[in-house]
Amino acid sequence: MSTLGEVWTWLGTGANWAGENGVWHRLVEHVSLTVGCLSASCLIALPVAVTLGHLGRGGALAVNLANVGRAVPTFAVLVLLLLTPLGRHGDWPTFIALVLFALPPLLTNAYVGMRGVDRNVVEAARGMGMSGRQLVWRVEVPLALPLMLTGVRIAAVQLVATATLAALVGGGGLGRIITAGFNLASTPQVVAGAVIVAVFALLLEAVFEVAQRLGPAWVRGRAR
Amino acid sequence: MTAAPATATAPPDDCLARNDWICGDYLATRRHILLDAVLQHLHLTVVSVLLGLVIALPLALVARRWRWAVGPVLGLTTVLYTIPSLAMFSLLLPLYGLSATLVIVGLALYSLTLLVRNILAGLAGVPEEAKEAARGMGYGPLRQLLAVELPLAVPAAMAGLRIATVSAVALTTIGAIVGHGGLGNLIYAGMNAYFKAQVLTASVLCVVIAVAFDLLLLGLERLLTPWRRA
Repeated sequence: MSTLGEVWTWLGTGANWAGENGVWHRLVEHVSLTVGCLSASCLIALPVAVTLGHLGRGGALAVNLANVGRAVPTFAVLVLLLLTPLGRHGDWPTFIALVLFALPPLLTNAYVGMRGVDRNVVEAARGMGMSGRQLVWRVEVPLALPLMLTGVRIAAVQLVATATLAALVGGGGLGRIITAGFNLASTPQVVAGAVIVAVFALLLEAVFEVAQRLGPAWVRGRAR
Repeated sequence: MTAAPATATAPPDDCLARNDWICGDYLATRRHILLDAVLQHLHLTVVSVLLGLVIALPLALVARRWRWAVGPVLGLTTVLYTIPSLAMFSLLLPLYGLSATLVIVGLALYSLTLLVRNILAGLAGVPEEAKEAARGMGYGPLRQLLAVELPLAVPAAMAGLRIATVSAVALTTIGAIVGHGGLGNLIYAGMNAYFKAQVLTASVLCVVIAVAFDLLLLGLERLLTPWRRA
């Protein structure tokens, strides 16, 4: 297992972590790209899903969007955007492609969560004289929150994984370590980069898991 | 219209020279390249999903037979699913080198989560009465599994298979990083050459293949479950 040893040596070399192309810099790029895209897609998807879920319209849209999202290769979207005039504006193609990619799980989960709220509870709240706005904020959104947060979790983990593709079109992030390794024909660097990305994705998954277990009961959702 | 004098420096006025997004000449002149890429794409997708199915079925049966195995099997396949595709192909690099096998194994590992989960859900959803009826008719455990439980689990398993296949079609493009990405190779090369028609054509073909597989599997599911059409 000499490859493993070489990977270990690569990871242990301080020079590989420092500087413009170092792991730390790429990690910061990766995190900022992921956080930026996640925030933008939440800001777009959640209000739309809450509105449609409250009105009870757009179920077909939510389901179809999820299916289309799986069928369209993110890499293709990335390259297509890169070749449009947008491609001259730095990170925008990557940003837009990743936001588009994160929308389906957010929309679908939030919509399903809103529709899944017990109709009797909604009727009772209406009977108590709640307005539409009060109904959304005091009843439906709190009850839909666990499923909504599951959507955010899925989107976040997928974003971390997919943000590596930015490197294929010359963007930043941890994927750059892998593609640079390919260009240098350095298997240890390729595998080391892959290990770092995989560990990062798994760590994020673990953080969400712990947060959900330790979080207040209303975040976890009651046993159904 | 006055005929402009043809000079050697004037570019030919066709969509290839203009680098249009949609270009009939591209389709005509690169037919064989496109066909080869589509065939490679289909080969990678089909073989990897079949490999995934061959691994997933025994895993699901083991997890159903011994309850303690459910946690580890689902946990392991979920962890595999979390690994980014670029990282997955890279991690397998020392094992398989720059080969199609690398892409196939990577994609098969991805399909495991969806397949195992859905097969388990399908088997768990088989009504107790159906199993009792089979036992009453003198079916042994194996015959009961093959003739009653697996067919009844087909709809749930097929739902997983459809998602896994559609995802595999999209993920295959990343195989371009090791030179075995089917249509992804054309997208990658088109990006470097700034060749718009090639990128758009290959991307659209990817989506067409994904939709075609989805419909094909939907049809197969209907064939396999005639009793549901009543």
